[in-house]
Amino acid sequence: MTQTEFLNIVMPFKDKVFRLAKRLLISTEEAEDATQEVLLKLWNNKKQIEGYKNVEAFSMTMTKNFCFDKLKSKQAQNLKIVHSNYEDGNTSLQKQVELSDSVNWVAKIIEELPEQQRLIVQLRDIEEYDLDEIAEMLEMNNTAVRVALSRARKTIREKLTNTHNYGVK
Amino acid sequence: MVLNNIEKLLEKYENGETSLKEEQLLKNYFAQEAVPPHLEMYKAMFGYFKVNKQEQFTKHVPLKTNKVFNYKWISVAAVAVLMLGFYFKSTSKSNNDLGTYQDPQQAYNEVAKSLAMISGHFNKGVSSVAYLNEYEKGYETLNYLTELENSTRIIFKANH
Repeated sequence: MTQTEFLNIVMPFKDKVFRLAKRLLISTEEAEDATQEVLLKLWNNKKQIEGYKNVEAFSMTMTKNFCFDKLKSKQAQNLKIVHSNYEDGNTSLQKQVELSDSVNWVAKIIEELPEQQRLIVQLRDIEEYDLDEIAEMLEMNNTAVRVALSRARKTIREKLTNTHNYGVK
Repeated sequence: MVLNNIEKLLEKYENGETSLKEEQLLKNYFAQEAVPPHLEMYKAMFGYFKVNKQEQFTKHVPLKTNKVFNYKWISVAAVAVLMLGFYFKSTSKSNNDLGTYQDPQQAYNEVAKSLAMISGHFNKGVSSVAYLNEYEKGYETLNYLTELENSTRIIFKANH
Protein backbone atom coordinates (compact mmCIF):
# COMPACT_ATOMS: atom_id res chain seq x y z
CA MET A 1 0.00 0.00 0.00
CA THR A 2 1.47 3.33 -0.96
CA GLN A 3 1.31 6.50 1.07
CA THR A 4 -1.38 8.05 -1.13
CA GLU A 5 -3.57 4.97 -0.94
CA PHE A 6 -3.21 4.97 2.80
CA LEU A 7 -4.09 8.65 3.01
CA ASN A 8 -7.13 8.08 0.86
CA ILE A 9 -8.38 5.53 3.34
CA VAL A 10 -7.49 7.53 6.42
CA MET A 11 -8.40 11.07 5.38
CA PRO A 12 -12.18 10.73 5.62
CA PHE A 13 -12.11 9.78 9.27
CA LYS A 14 -8.97 11.30 10.73
CA ASP A 15 -10.98 14.27 12.02
CA LYS A 16 -13.43 11.92 13.66
CA VAL A 17 -10.59 10.13 15.40
CA PHE A 18 -9.28 13.47 16.59
CA ARG A 19 -12.65 14.64 17.89
CA LEU A 20 -13.24 11.36 19.65
CA ALA A 21 -9.83 11.56 21.30
CA LYS A 22 -10.50 15.12 22.32
CA ARG A 23 -13.85 14.16 23.78
CA LEU A 24 -12.13 11.68 26.05
CA LEU A 25 -8.84 13.44 26.75
CA ILE A 26 -10.29 16.99 26.80
CA SER A 27 -7.02 18.70 25.97
CA THR A 28 -6.37 19.48 22.31
CA GLU A 29 -2.67 18.66 22.50
CA GLU A 30 -3.30 15.29 24.06
CA ALA A 31 -5.90 14.56 21.43
CA GLU A 32 -3.50 15.54 18.65
CA ASP A 33 -0.85 13.23 20.04
CA ALA A 34 -3.35 10.42 20.37
CA THR A 35 -4.56 10.89 16.80
CA GLN A 36 -1.02 10.91 15.52
CA GLU A 37 -0.29 7.77 17.45
CA VAL A 38 -3.37 6.00 16.11
CA LEU A 39 -2.61 7.00 12.53
CA LEU A 40 0.97 5.86 12.85
CA LYS A 41 -0.17 2.55 14.24
CA LEU A 42 -2.49 2.16 11.27
CA TRP A 43 0.34 3.02 8.92
CA ASN A 44 2.64 0.49 10.51
CA ASN A 45 -0.03 -2.17 10.25
CA LYS A 46 -1.05 -1.18 6.76
CA LYS A 47 -0.67 -4.74 5.54
CA GLN A 48 -3.28 -5.96 7.98
CA ILE A 49 -5.77 -3.15 7.51
CA GLU A 50 -6.15 -4.05 3.88
CA GLY A 51 -7.93 -7.14 5.12
CA TYR A 52 -10.38 -5.30 7.37
CA LYS A 53 -13.77 -4.62 5.97
CA ASN A 54 -14.37 -1.54 8.07
CA VAL A 55 -11.17 0.33 8.72
CA GLU A 56 -13.05 3.31 10.11
CA ALA A 57 -14.81 1.37 12.84
CA PHE A 58 -11.58 -0.43 13.61
CA SER A 59 -9.75 2.87 13.97
CA MET A 60 -12.44 4.29 16.23
CA THR A 61 -12.19 1.26 18.50
CA MET A 62 -8.44 1.65 18.49
CA THR A 63 -8.73 5.33 19.39
CA LYS A 64 -11.12 4.55 22.20
CA ASN A 65 -8.81 1.92 23.65
CA PHE A 66 -5.79 4.12 23.23
CA CYS A 67 -7.45 7.02 25.05
CA PHE A 68 -8.63 4.79 27.86
CA ASP A 69 -5.08 3.51 28.27
CA LYS A 70 -3.84 7.07 28.34
CA LEU A 71 -6.39 8.06 30.94
CA LYS A 72 -5.57 5.03 33.02
CA SER A 73 -1.85 5.74 33.01
CA LYS A 74 -2.63 9.34 33.92
CA GLN A 75 -4.66 8.21 36.88
CA ALA A 76 -1.91 5.84 37.94
CA GLN A 77 0.47 8.75 38.02
CA ASN A 78 -2.03 10.74 40.01
CA LEU A 79 -2.11 13.31 37.28
CA LYS A 80 -5.49 14.54 36.27
CA ILE A 81 -6.03 16.28 33.02
CA VAL A 82 -7.08 19.71 34.04
CA HIS A 83 -10.34 20.79 32.59
CA SER A 84 -9.40 24.43 32.75
CA ASN A 85 -6.96 24.01 29.89
CA TYR A 86 -9.85 23.41 27.59
CA GLU A 87 -8.70 25.83 24.99
CA ASP A 88 -8.68 25.65 21.28
CA GLY A 89 -5.59 26.63 19.35
CA ASN A 90 -7.86 27.34 16.46
CA THR A 91 -9.06 30.81 17.38
CA SER A 92 -10.78 31.72 14.19
CA LEU A 93 -12.90 28.63 14.40
CA GLN A 94 -13.49 29.23 18.06
CA LYS A 95 -14.80 32.71 17.35
CA GLN A 96 -16.96 31.55 14.57
CA VAL A 97 -18.08 28.77 16.83
CA GLU A 98 -18.88 30.73 19.90
CA LEU A 99 -22.56 31.21 19.57
CA SER A 100 -23.16 31.99 23.17
CA ASP A 101 -22.32 30.90 26.65
CA SER A 102 -24.81 28.11 26.47
CA VAL A 103 -22.78 26.39 23.79
CA ASN A 104 -19.87 26.27 26.22
CA TRP A 105 -22.26 24.97 28.79
CA VAL A 106 -23.07 22.07 26.55
CA ALA A 107 -19.38 21.27 26.27
CA LYS A 108 -19.02 21.38 30.03
CA ILE A 109 -22.04 19.23 30.62
CA ILE A 110 -20.78 16.62 28.21
CA GLU A 111 -17.41 16.68 29.92
CA GLU A 112 -19.12 15.78 33.16
CA LEU A 113 -20.77 12.70 31.72
CA PRO A 114 -19.30 9.27 32.37
CA GLU A 115 -16.74 8.26 29.74
CA GLN A 116 -18.98 5.69 28.16
CA GLN A 117 -21.84 8.14 27.66
CA ARG A 118 -19.46 10.80 26.44
CA LEU A 119 -18.22 8.41 23.78
CA ILE A 120 -21.68 7.51 22.69
CA VAL A 121 -22.88 11.11 22.48
CA GLN A 122 -19.79 11.93 20.48
CA LEU A 123 -20.29 9.06 18.07
CA ARG A 124 -24.01 9.48 17.67
CA ASP A 125 -24.89 13.13 17.98
CA ILE A 126 -21.75 14.61 16.57
CA GLU A 127 -20.34 12.04 14.18
CA GLU A 128 -23.78 10.65 13.34
CA TYR A 129 -22.96 6.99 13.27
CA ASP A 130 -25.53 4.26 13.11
CA LEU A 131 -26.34 2.60 16.44
CA ASP A 132 -25.08 -0.73 15.13
CA GLU A 133 -21.82 0.84 14.09
CA ILE A 134 -21.40 2.39 17.51
CA ALA A 135 -22.12 -0.94 19.13
CA GLU A 136 -19.41 -2.50 16.99
CA MET A 137 -16.89 0.25 17.76
CA LEU A 138 -17.47 0.16 21.48
CA GLU A 139 -17.77 -3.60 21.66
CA MET A 140 -21.17 -3.32 23.31
CA ASN A 141 -24.58 -4.53 22.31
CA ASN A 142 -27.12 -2.38 20.56
CA THR A 143 -29.54 -2.03 23.47
CA ALA A 144 -26.84 -1.00 25.91
CA VAL A 145 -25.77 1.73 23.52
CA ARG A 146 -29.34 2.96 23.19
CA VAL A 147 -29.85 3.02 26.95
CA ALA A 148 -26.60 4.88 27.55
CA LEU A 149 -27.44 7.31 24.78
CA SER A 150 -30.87 8.00 26.19
CA ARG A 151 -29.42 8.51 29.65
CA ALA A 152 -26.79 10.90 28.36
CA ARG A 153 -29.31 12.91 26.35
CA LYS A 154 -31.62 13.19 29.33
CA THR A 155 -28.80 14.35 31.57
CA ILE A 156 -27.70 16.95 29.07
CA ARG A 157 -31.24 18.24 28.67
CA GLU A 158 -31.88 18.38 32.42
CA LYS A 159 -28.68 20.21 33.17
CA LEU A 160 -29.22 22.59 30.29
CA THR A 161 -32.74 23.32 31.44
CA ASN A 162 -31.42 24.10 34.90
CA THR A 163 -28.79 26.49 33.67
CA HIS A 164 -31.26 27.97 31.28
CA ASN A 165 -33.83 28.56 33.98
CA TYR A 166 -31.44 29.92 36.54
CA GLY A 167 -29.61 31.93 33.98
CA VAL A 168 -26.10 31.29 32.83
CA LYS A 169 -23.93 31.85 35.86
CA MET B 1 -42.52 22.26 10.94
CA VAL B 2 -45.32 21.84 13.39
CA LEU B 3 -44.29 22.38 16.97
CA ASN B 4 -46.23 19.36 18.10
CA ASN B 5 -44.27 17.24 15.75
CA ILE B 6 -40.97 18.58 17.03
CA GLU B 7 -41.91 17.90 20.61
CA LYS B 8 -42.79 14.35 19.76
CA LEU B 9 -39.50 13.94 17.99
CA LEU B 10 -37.67 15.35 20.98
CA GLU B 11 -39.24 12.81 23.24
CA LYS B 12 -38.24 10.03 20.90
CA TYR B 13 -34.81 11.57 20.72
CA GLU B 14 -34.40 11.43 24.46
CA ASN B 15 -35.27 7.78 24.48
CA GLY B 16 -32.64 7.17 21.86
CA GLU B 17 -35.20 5.98 19.37
CA THR B 18 -34.85 8.53 16.62
CA SER B 19 -33.25 7.59 13.36
CA LEU B 20 -30.34 9.55 11.98
CA LYS B 21 -32.71 11.20 9.52
CA GLU B 22 -35.01 12.40 12.27
CA GLU B 23 -32.07 13.71 14.20
CA GLN B 24 -31.01 15.62 11.13
CA LEU B 25 -34.49 17.16 11.04
CA LEU B 26 -34.13 18.26 14.64
CA LYS B 27 -30.70 19.70 13.98
CA ASN B 28 -32.00 21.68 11.05
CA TYR B 29 -34.99 22.89 13.01
CA PHE B 30 -32.87 24.19 15.87
CA ALA B 31 -30.41 25.77 13.48
CA GLN B 32 -33.01 28.41 12.58
CA GLU B 33 -33.23 31.68 14.41
CA ALA B 34 -36.62 31.56 16.07
CA VAL B 35 -37.51 28.67 18.32
CA PRO B 36 -40.13 28.65 21.05
CA PRO B 37 -38.71 29.83 24.40
CA HIS B 38 -39.30 26.54 26.18
CA LEU B 39 -37.12 24.77 23.65
CA GLU B 40 -34.35 27.34 23.75
CA MET B 41 -31.86 25.03 25.47
CA TYR B 42 -32.04 22.52 22.64
CA LYS B 43 -30.77 25.19 20.34
CA ALA B 44 -27.52 25.39 22.26
CA MET B 45 -27.25 21.63 22.33
CA PHE B 46 -27.78 21.01 18.64
CA GLY B 47 -25.75 24.09 17.83
CA TYR B 48 -22.87 22.64 19.76
CA PHE B 49 -23.14 19.31 17.98
CA LYS B 50 -23.09 20.95 14.61
CA VAL B 51 -20.19 23.21 15.39
CA ASN B 52 -18.15 20.50 17.04
CA LYS B 53 -18.29 18.44 13.92
CA GLN B 54 -16.28 21.05 12.09
CA GLU B 55 -13.24 20.71 14.25
CA GLN B 56 -10.35 19.29 12.28
CA PHE B 57 -7.13 17.53 12.86
CA THR B 58 -4.45 19.69 11.31
CA LYS B 59 -1.28 18.23 12.69
CA HIS B 60 1.03 16.59 10.21
CA VAL B 61 1.67 12.91 10.65
CA PRO B 62 5.11 11.80 9.54
CA LEU B 63 4.66 8.58 7.61
CA LYS B 64 7.96 6.88 7.13
CA THR B 65 8.22 4.84 3.95
CA ASN B 66 11.80 3.65 4.29
CA LYS B 67 11.92 0.37 6.05
CA VAL B 68 13.49 0.23 9.44
CA PHE B 69 16.61 -1.91 9.34
CA ASN B 70 15.83 -5.27 10.77
CA TYR B 71 18.33 -6.22 13.44
CA LYS B 72 16.97 -9.73 13.51
CA TRP B 73 18.94 -10.54 10.37
CA ILE B 74 22.22 -9.57 12.01
CA SER B 75 21.83 -12.39 14.51
CA VAL B 76 20.93 -14.79 11.72
CA ALA B 77 24.09 -13.80 9.86
CA ALA B 78 26.18 -14.19 13.01
CA VAL B 79 24.86 -17.68 13.57
CA ALA B 80 25.58 -18.57 9.95
CA VAL B 81 29.18 -17.36 10.26
CA LEU B 82 29.65 -19.37 13.45
CA MET B 83 28.29 -22.51 11.82
CA LEU B 84 30.61 -22.05 8.85
CA GLY B 85 33.53 -21.65 11.23
CA PHE B 86 32.74 -24.90 13.00
CA TYR B 87 32.24 -26.68 9.73
CA PHE B 88 35.65 -25.69 8.32
CA LYS B 89 37.40 -26.44 11.56
CA SER B 90 36.01 -29.95 11.75
CA THR B 91 36.88 -30.70 8.11
CA SER B 92 40.50 -29.53 8.53
CA LYS B 93 40.89 -31.78 11.56
CA SER B 94 39.78 -34.88 9.73
CA ASN B 95 42.71 -34.82 7.25
CA ASN B 96 45.58 -35.03 9.75
CA ASP B 97 46.37 -38.58 8.67
CA LEU B 98 50.15 -38.93 8.98
CA GLY B 99 50.51 -42.34 7.38
CA THR B 100 51.92 -45.53 8.87
CA TYR B 101 55.08 -47.71 8.64
CA GLN B 102 54.85 -50.94 6.69
CA ASP B 103 58.17 -52.50 7.79
CA PRO B 104 58.07 -53.65 11.50
CA GLN B 105 61.85 -53.14 11.95
CA GLN B 106 61.62 -49.58 10.75
CA ALA B 107 58.60 -48.97 12.98
CA TYR B 108 60.51 -50.37 15.98
CA ASN B 109 63.48 -48.10 15.24
CA GLU B 110 61.24 -45.06 14.97
CA VAL B 111 59.45 -45.84 18.23
CA ALA B 112 62.74 -46.44 20.02
CA LYS B 113 64.03 -43.14 18.69
CA SER B 114 61.08 -41.14 19.83
CA LEU B 115 61.01 -42.86 23.24
CA ALA B 116 64.69 -42.09 23.67
CA MET B 117 63.97 -38.49 22.85
CA ILE B 118 61.14 -38.38 25.42
CA SER B 119 63.31 -39.93 28.16
CA GLY B 120 66.14 -37.52 27.34
CA HIS B 121 63.83 -34.55 27.85
CA PHE B 122 62.35 -36.15 30.92
CA ASN B 123 65.77 -36.50 32.57
CA LYS B 124 66.48 -32.87 31.82
CA GLY B 125 63.30 -31.96 33.71
CA VAL B 126 64.22 -34.20 36.66
CA SER B 127 67.68 -32.63 36.98
CA SER B 128 66.14 -29.17 37.21
CA VAL B 129 63.76 -30.43 39.92
CA ALA B 130 66.85 -31.60 41.88
CA TYR B 131 67.27 -28.09 43.20
CA LEU B 132 64.34 -28.84 45.50
CA ASN B 133 66.82 -30.76 47.69
CA GLU B 134 68.24 -27.40 48.75
CA TYR B 135 64.89 -26.58 50.31
CA GLU B 136 65.04 -29.80 52.22
CA LYS B 137 68.34 -28.75 53.75
CA GLY B 138 66.94 -25.40 54.78
CA TYR B 139 64.03 -27.13 56.41
CA GLU B 140 66.33 -29.33 58.46
CA THR B 141 68.19 -26.31 59.81
CA LEU B 142 64.84 -24.79 60.78
CA ASN B 143 64.20 -27.90 62.89
CA TYR B 144 66.79 -26.63 65.32
CA LEU B 145 64.36 -23.87 66.19
CA THR B 146 62.04 -26.44 67.78
CA GLU B 147 64.86 -27.35 70.11
CA LEU B 148 64.96 -23.74 71.20
CA GLU B 149 61.21 -23.78 71.82
CA ASN B 150 61.53 -26.88 74.00
CA SER B 151 64.08 -25.21 76.19
CA THR B 152 61.91 -22.03 76.59
CA ARG B 153 58.94 -24.21 77.54
CA ILE B 154 61.02 -25.85 80.26
CA ILE B 155 62.00 -22.40 81.58
CA PHE B 156 58.38 -21.22 81.72
CA LYS B 157 57.30 -24.38 83.47
CA ALA B 158 60.04 -23.78 86.10
CA ASN B 159 58.54 -20.29 86.67
CA HIS B 160 55.15 -21.73 87.43
